[in-house]
Amino acid sequence: MKIIGGEGMPIEVLLVEDSPGDVRLTQEAFRDANSSIHLSVASDGVEAMAFLKHTGTHANSPRPDLILLDLNLPKMDGREVLAHIKVNEDLKAIPTVILTTSDAESDIVRSYQLQANCYLTKPVQLDAFEALVKSINDFWPTKAKLSQQRQTV
Amino acid sequence: MNPIFPTTLLLVEDSPGDVRLTQEAFRDANQAIRLHVAWDGAEAMAFLNRLGANINAPRPDLILLDLNLPKMDGREVLAQIKEDDSLRTIPTVILTTSKAEADIDKSYRLRANCYLNKPVELEAFEALVKSINDFWLTRVKLPQQRPVG
Repeated sequence: MKIIGGEGMPIEVLLVEDSPGDVRLTQEAFRDANSSIHLSVASDGVEAMAFLKHTGTHANSPRPDLILLDLNLPKMDGREVLAHIKVNEDLKAIPTVILTTSDAESDIVRSYQLQANCYLTKPVQLDAFEALVKSINDFWPTKAKLSQQRQTV
Repeated sequence: MNPIFPTTLLLVEDSPGDVRLTQEAFRDANQAIRLHVAWDGAEAMAFLNRLGANINAPRPDLILLDLNLPKMDGREVLAQIKEDDSLRTIPTVILTTSKAEADIDKSYRLRANCYLNKPVELEAFEALVKSINDFWLTRVKLPQQRPVG
């Protein structure tokens, strides 16, 4: 059994985000917060699913321990990506955190109905954005136990 | 959360010691929390479904659920919550002493929102409750309304 974040074993995080600025900020904030995080980026919903299903150029992609998912994405919407993840036996146990600018109640409720593990809104201010990424790091890979199993029991 | 209304938590836990520690740690961390306790799985479901004496029970904003419980197991409680269209949007955090990988994986498959280990040491337990408050009750957007239909 691998130990997530243990010696030589990075914590694999998949960030699904189409804004290059937000990707850059997230990368920098995680780099500051936790050097054992390995962040992969998918810039649209189709690429996210290819990464998760190891198709096309993503044949050797790692299985993420945690997914950070924007809602409004090109090609395939984040809501649809979330629905695909949570009905897939190989993927459903991966905690999937919604990270979006939307604070619409309908998006919050819909995301929890689609089994998002939690819902966070992206702050506009740089300091607040960095603090949010730090809080994700302080909670998910640090306090929460993540599923390490690939296959259905 | 709307600061006018307290945040309502349901703690499902059969150990009086852990209940007491959780109550005290939340009291220190956040004055705006109302913590309700269900001592077994059947009582938790009666609270959530407002059965019997629970007719006026509030809808929790967050559920903290132990796995090993009398009468109805925590896994069964979790499954029932997440199969119920009205209850499933309530974030449900597993809080247990079990570190078994099978329990972690099974809980996520049953749609637990997250899985936490109860530490044995008092200070670590208090720090964990504080981190639940700092993350789930401060950072996370919880649903404010019941889903329609």
